[in-house]
Amino acid sequence: MNKHIRAFVVPVIAVVVFLAFWEWLVWFNGWPRFKMAAPSDLPPAFERHWPLFLSMGWQTLWRTVVGLFLAVLFGTLLGMIMGFSRTMRDALYPLLVGFNAIPKATVVPIVALMFVGQHDFNTVLLAFMISFFPIAVSVSIGLSTLEPEYRDILRSLGASQATIFWKIALPKTLPEFFGALKVAVTLAFIGTNLMEIVSPHGRGLGALFDSGRTNSDFPLMFAVLIALAFLGIVLYYIVVALEKIFAGWAERAPG
Amino acid sequence: MVSDQRGVGCAGDTGFGGGMQNLIEIKGVKHAYQTDAGPLPVLDGLEISVPEGGFVAVVGPSGCGKSTLTRLIAGLMKPDEGEVWLHGEKVKGPRSTVGMAFQNPVLLEWRTILKNVLLPLEIVPSKLSRKQAEDRARFLLSLVGLEGFEDKRPSELSGGMRQRASLCRALIHQPDVLILDEPFGALDAFTREDLWQTMHRVKEREPFTGVLITHDLRESIFLADQVVVLSGRPARTQYVLDVPSSGPRTLEDLYTAVAAEQLNILRHQIQIAQGRSTAGEGAA
Ligand SMILES: Nc1ncnc2c1ncn2[C@@H]1O[C@H](COP(=O)(O)OP(=O)(O)OP(=O)(O)O)[C@@H](O)[C@H]1O
Ligand SMILES: [Mg+2]
Repeated sequence: MNKHIRAFVVPVIAVVVFLAFWEWLVWFNGWPRFKMAAPSDLPPAFERHWPLFLSMGWQTLWRTVVGLFLAVLFGTLLGMIMGFSRTMRDALYPLLVGFNAIPKATVVPIVALMFVGQHDFNTVLLAFMISFFPIAVSVSIGLSTLEPEYRDILRSLGASQATIFWKIALPKTLPEFFGALKVAVTLAFIGTNLMEIVSPHGRGLGALFDSGRTNSDFPLMFAVLIALAFLGIVLYYIVVALEKIFAGWAERAPG
Repeated sequence: MVSDQRGVGCAGDTGFGGGMQNLIEIKGVKHAYQTDAGPLPVLDGLEISVPEGGFVAVVGPSGCGKSTLTRLIAGLMKPDEGEVWLHGEKVKGPRSTVGMAFQNPVLLEWRTILKNVLLPLEIVPSKLSRKQAEDRARFLLSLVGLEGFEDKRPSELSGGMRQRASLCRALIHQPDVLILDEPFGALDAFTREDLWQTMHRVKEREPFTGVLITHDLRESIFLADQVVVLSGRPARTQYVLDVPSSGPRTLEDLYTAVAAEQLNILRHQIQIAQGRSTAGEGAA
């Protein structure tokens, strides 16, 4: 009992203390609105732009989720290819690392120019490009490090490769997969926002942020940050919940 | 009194032609791994035969090819030369009449112990209904002393208990041949002796023909009725020691003069195997 109360109360207190400190900092320094926003400025900002927050937030959300979904499909497929074939791993790994090393901010203008006008497409594309890497790597490592005995247990009974994959390789990779998915969900979110901010086309929370910036509307900009944080947290904990369902067995008992 | 010991090359009991009375026949098996540094010969003319219901222990220097041998018997690999016969049939690939357990118990963490034990029945066609299969799994688990742990996860079990569960999984589909590759190697001495006795109990209730790889000489003479010593890599059959027994064995038997002499012979043979890889003929 006590434990549950603590798990809830402690974070709430931490957040309240943080907001109070922030409010105090702004008040103490006497920062004007065009320089810094205080927590007390946020509710009015949300209220003023509420319909915008809803529609823009939805756009950011669905594009992130679609990008992430594609990243999961493609990353898993790539990971399987690299996990099962030594040759393919040797061939693809340097390419993949090189691609991942490119800062994605530099890719934004290129993608924006290539697919000019196709805002949904290029935003989803960026979310996808930035987030498939950890998934591919984790799946390939999970598959290639499977101890041979695990295979042998089923193979010695005449099981097919597909059976071994479904019964052993896939479930055994799930903890690594979800670990990577937690990273990927955050990355996809960054990808979406990067495209929305750098290549403004009036859609998504990134665009709302940009309009706040052009008007030096600090309360609006901070409200967008809070909204982004909120969406990011929601997505993250959806992944955590899925992990609990599908890979809960991998959790070590506390203590 | 120590029973008949013989070096290989003396007339074996391998019947020619018709009567294939041995359940496992390994005839002139040679195998080499292809590595970056060229072929690595591992087995060089192995001869082992195990009669039905027999239990042979294979000992030999580390890295001499014992695990390779188990993979050949299980049909996971094909030998370069020579043949492996099971039940009068040449082994061409994996077959469901084989059960395996390794030093690493490789239980699936996301399954309960019961579901782990039942795993082979999801691959091997079985006459058992779901209920019968479950009853059989429960019976095996109680036989090895894991009653009450059916619904636990592997992570909740000790190393010895996991090894017991792994043994049950190897037996669930009633294999003719049980292949054990250093199954007790990672356990402490007391747990290991406990499991030896469990093995005897299991063999009484669930007859099988066994091949046990081990590096523990006491284990080999306690469990097996024949101990095969392999030479260093590339391995060949260097020496065969028969370990006859009258009635059930007890741990006390390991401290008799007979056992001491058997252990001495085996130790001597292992030293030869470690020293010169081709020596060993006509020892003792
Ligand atoms: N897949 C492989 N490719 C190349 N070499 C291998 C392979 N598997 C085993 N070897 C080599 O073959 C030799 C025999 O291996 P094996 O595992 O059969 O030995 P072992 O007798 O079981 O050893 P241990 O006592 O350590 O278990 C070793 O030198 C090993 O390095
Ligand atoms: Mg081995």
